[in-house]
Amino acid sequence: MGVEIRVEGLTKAFGSQTIWQDVSLTLPAGEISVLLGPSGTGKSVFLKSLVGLLKPNRGHIWIGDRDLPYLPESQLYDTRKLFGVLFQDGALFGSMNIYDNVAFPLREHTKKGESEIKRIVMDKLELVGLLGAEGKLPGEISGGMKKRAGLARALVLDPEILLVDEPDSGLDPVRTAYLNQTIVDLNAEIGATFLIVTHDINTARTVPDNIGLLFRRELVMFGPREMLLSSEEPVVRQFLNARKVGPIGMSEEKDVSELEAEAKMGLEVGKLPPIPPQLMPSDGRVRPNQHAPGSWCAAHGVTPPPGSFIDDLGRNWVEEWPRYVASMAPVGGPAAAPGAPGGPGQFPGGQVPGQPPGRPGAGAGY
Amino acid sequence: MSSPGIGADQREGRKGGGASATLRKISDGAANVAIKEPGRFFALCLDTGRAAFRWPFQWREFIEQAWFIVSVTVVPTMLVAIPFGGILSLQVGGLIRQLGAQSYTGATAVVAIVREASPLVTSLLVAGAAGSAMCADIGSRKIREEIDAMEVLGINPLHRLVVPRTLACAFVALFLNGLVSVVGLIGGYVFNVMLQDGTPGAYLASFNAIAQLPDLLQAELKAFVFGITAGLVAAYKGLNAKGGPKGVGDAVNQTVVITFMLLFLENFILSTLYFQFVPQKGM
Repeated sequence: MGVEIRVEGLTKAFGSQTIWQDVSLTLPAGEISVLLGPSGTGKSVFLKSLVGLLKPNRGHIWIGDRDLPYLPESQLYDTRKLFGVLFQDGALFGSMNIYDNVAFPLREHTKKGESEIKRIVMDKLELVGLLGAEGKLPGEISGGMKKRAGLARALVLDPEILLVDEPDSGLDPVRTAYLNQTIVDLNAEIGATFLIVTHDINTARTVPDNIGLLFRRELVMFGPREMLLSSEEPVVRQFLNARKVGPIGMSEEKDVSELEAEAKMGLEVGKLPPIPPQLMPSDGRVRPNQHAPGSWCAAHGVTPPPGSFIDDLGRNWVEEWPRYVASMAPVGGPAAAPGAPGGPGQFPGGQVPGQPPGRPGAGAGY
Repeated sequence: MSSPGIGADQREGRKGGGASATLRKISDGAANVAIKEPGRFFALCLDTGRAAFRWPFQWREFIEQAWFIVSVTVVPTMLVAIPFGGILSLQVGGLIRQLGAQSYTGATAVVAIVREASPLVTSLLVAGAAGSAMCADIGSRKIREEIDAMEVLGINPLHRLVVPRTLACAFVALFLNGLVSVVGLIGGYVFNVMLQDGTPGAYLASFNAIAQLPDLLQAELKAFVFGITAGLVAAYKGLNAKGGPKGVGDAVNQTVVITFMLLFLENFILSTLYFQFVPQKGM
């Protein structure tokens, strides 16, 4: 269930232009991580390096005991079967309809009969809400549908690692919320290691267990969600606040004079917004790798910004959490009753429309 | 590492542009044309050759592609072959008549059409129609990230896409060559007999006097080699297309030009070898 990815000192350059250097991070097995960064910092390049589509100039990517950039071709193709990748616009095969696109990996890699393939494909299409569109060609469907079809195809071989490139680009906020919820639900269900590349702050604040930020050709920070969301680092604060004031400029970084001018005018990077509660699987269960709200802050003596971990209904999740967990069967345990209230999955920015919030602590019904 | 031919530029971290010295750019460009590009192309050829012997062979893709190539080449091939045979008869026939050897017009048809013209016409059609279409197809898949998606799904695009296309190209070229020979000869015959007052008997007799089976075999060999070459060049250029739709257009353009040059070179080499190794019939 999920594989750890260890990246050590990874450097990538195109000619004389260094994209990023000495990136070291560990994507913990079974957790959701988000990689943030301003446009053009090489987030997609990083993602492509992780699957061996681009070869880094230096460094290692350990997946188990395999060092991906240096694998011989046959082993590389073999290792890639661990991955599911959702490209920015889905990267569907234009000559095949949605059904054949999703069935493609099964037909290539398994000896399953057509009836079983059909069952699996329909299952995945239902998961992403594309039932009824399976006969359409990629050219005939919208961008959001392409993305969901791409997600279904990435999931069809039950990957251990799922890499998602900008799930929210070109999607409206409601569909983004749905897709985020799908990602969290998927993680709860298949337990794969997720890496989401995005610059959508809402996604970054509510979905992941870990966040990383790429800026100025370096990985500024990578760690648990609360660590980044309570960080005093100016770049992190500016990015997570989506403000103009701070070290990130329009093209890349601001120069010294610009920063001095900002300081003179008394402009400062905005205050940290409260840390929102994390998005929960829609059936309200607790994911096996989910960190308790406030646990990182408590362990490191950091005071989270005021108003943190409080949801729409005014409940403080640091206090509610132990009671809630006690009332819940963990993922893999008895499933929640169908149609059960949605639990605490309704948080600012990640609302699941149509699902009334459940009453935490009320164990009955879960 | 994945196949060297694919996106070799990107993976090895090279990118055009940058504001370094012009001289360095020029020398880089020269080195690129002289060494790197041919080297990468050769690497792709070797990888494709290796992938060709991997199980399972993509029969379905092969048949679909062969059918596609037939559909885009057959009619133009015939339309080129008929006037080609005719013009040969007209030109050479006129000359030969002045020498008083009109009865040998059939012999010129063998030399011109079966040995040289039909593989060349085939090559033009295979490169111009089939190669460009293949390159456009693979190139657009490349820029839509379909090739990347395929690699990520653990499928080697060389095995899945390039091998069946290249073999289909060669397979169809064999038949196209036969078609051009037949249609060209018929065209020549008709022009000679009907327009130049030649006799059918003389045409056929002189044809038989100089034609031999190896003429056809060498032409078929040429067609096969041309088909493979056109397929590989189209695949190489398509897989390295970058920069959006314009990149695909550039790749198609380069495919046609490079394939033509290679095919004419190969034709010259094969013809030379043929005359060296196969004794010719006298008259």
